[in-house]
Amino acid sequence: MTDDLLLDVRDLVVRYGPVTAVDGVSFSLAAGETLALNGPSGCGKSSTALAVLQLRRPAAGHVRFEGRELTTLSERELRPLRPRLQPVFQDPYGTLSPRHRIRDAIAEPLKVQGRWHPADGPARVAELLDRVGLDPAYGDRRPHELSGGQCQRAGIARALASGPRLLVLDEPVSSLDPSVRAGVLNLLAGLQDDLGLGYLFICHDRAVVRHFADRVVEMREGRVTSG
Amino acid sequence: MESEPLLSVRELRIAFDGVEAVRGVSFDVRPREVLAVVGESGAGKSLTARALLGMLPRSATTSGTIRPDLSAHRGRRISLVPQDALSALSPVHPVGDQLAAAVRSVAGVSRKEARARAVAALERVGIPDAARRARAYPHEYSGGMRQRAVIAMATINEPDVVVADEPTTALDEERRDQVLRLLAEQREAVGAALVLVTHDMDVVGGHADRVLVMYAGRLTELGAADEVLARPRTPYTAGLLASLPRNALPGRRLPALRGTPPAPGALPPGCAFAPRCPLAADACRTAEPEPREVEGRLLACHRAEELPHPAHALFLKERQTA
Repeated sequence: MTDDLLLDVRDLVVRYGPVTAVDGVSFSLAAGETLALNGPSGCGKSSTALAVLQLRRPAAGHVRFEGRELTTLSERELRPLRPRLQPVFQDPYGTLSPRHRIRDAIAEPLKVQGRWHPADGPARVAELLDRVGLDPAYGDRRPHELSGGQCQRAGIARALASGPRLLVLDEPVSSLDPSVRAGVLNLLAGLQDDLGLGYLFICHDRAVVRHFADRVVEMREGRVTSG
Repeated sequence: MESEPLLSVRELRIAFDGVEAVRGVSFDVRPREVLAVVGESGAGKSLTARALLGMLPRSATTSGTIRPDLSAHRGRRISLVPQDALSALSPVHPVGDQLAAAVRSVAGVSRKEARARAVAALERVGIPDAARRARAYPHEYSGGMRQRAVIAMATINEPDVVVADEPTTALDEERRDQVLRLLAEQREAVGAALVLVTHDMDVVGGHADRVLVMYAGRLTELGAADEVLARPRTPYTAGLLASLPRNALPGRRLPALRGTPPAPGALPPGCAFAPRCPLAADACRTAEPEPREVEGRLLACHRAEELPHPAHALFLKERQTA
């Protein structure tokens, strides 16, 4: 049973100086599954996401990803695992460098990971753009030339470029117009069906969570209140 | 019988460098009503609302009429609740002083009286220990208290109209409902009408009497909020409503509007929504529909009679590119 778990979080504690933002949170997530963390601003759901990504090291507790304990790994040891564990953040314009064209932003993880081949790299980028529902011609644009929804799709393409197993989605549709939000949620659902991705889905909107998640963990003041 | 409108907007047009962002919008604001103005980013809803206040950018050229023109009485007969509560308050003056200054700017009252009204206004919006809190600066307030203070500021002179421009966009669901309830309460207390600008159809249900749906600078649909929500009569409104997760039918895919709104100055011929519309026909690509009255509602759509209800299936196409 444990072997099927993509992510297993136990007794997680995250502190910022004297403030305990996450206080003993546990949950687990299987491949192909969406687990939502839901709760009001300040409940600790984003801090939990950062700790899962090891972008904020937890003060205590365990984060096991594909069976490996992440909390004891050094930055160097984490590096080969990071492509499999990718974030998508709320502000799509903040995720992508304003100076880089979309295709360069998507190619960057491939280049950093030494998986860029000049022969088929551009085709791979075009394929990723197409996969997220963007015309590959958008690759020539910069983030400010895209709408919020298009930009979020480009951010998802960038996360996919690494070949992830788990996406940590921190309010991925909260800054989008509701009409655009539906399209991005549909895209995420389709990607999950096709690629068997696990989603840790952080979202304060209960209606979105109810529609999108397989399971919901409710948080308040750093603790799990149900789920 | 409908009462006399408080404000009548006719053929309002707002352009920047010859490019029209608002393209001939007409509507009334009735006494004590909550009118929600809804649409996607770039629909012209904020510009329309700001025109009521006379707060358009200097580079804007306008035509059409807004009667009566309340912009000369801004702060007294018409006031604004902006999206960003922090930027609406001066960081270098105590909150109570700012409220008192707002009172003295329109009413010939003593400093002491203005001060008392400021404290009363803060009390009314539920700020605890208001007399002491009035002496504090905005940065000493929590985000929620600042929002309350801004609402107190907008209602302190008992205006006829309060314009709230995306007052809840940056807030989570709980706070959103708190702010909307508070706005409704305060509006009720001073007998003002509320023009509520939002991109969120979720906000309309339970918070608005009427709704004006805008698209690409034009009116799409205007009617009683509960009726529009229960039975939208234009494909655009139907698509906006169908895409809300709370209205979703069982199944993984949400109905969605394909594509994005056109940029001002790059409008398609005919109806601006036609390229995204699942019902678009030849007429839609040649002639822009004019608003017409259908069963007490204003609609600008050639194909309204062809719209099925419910319309979810129309918006479940495979490929989305928004």
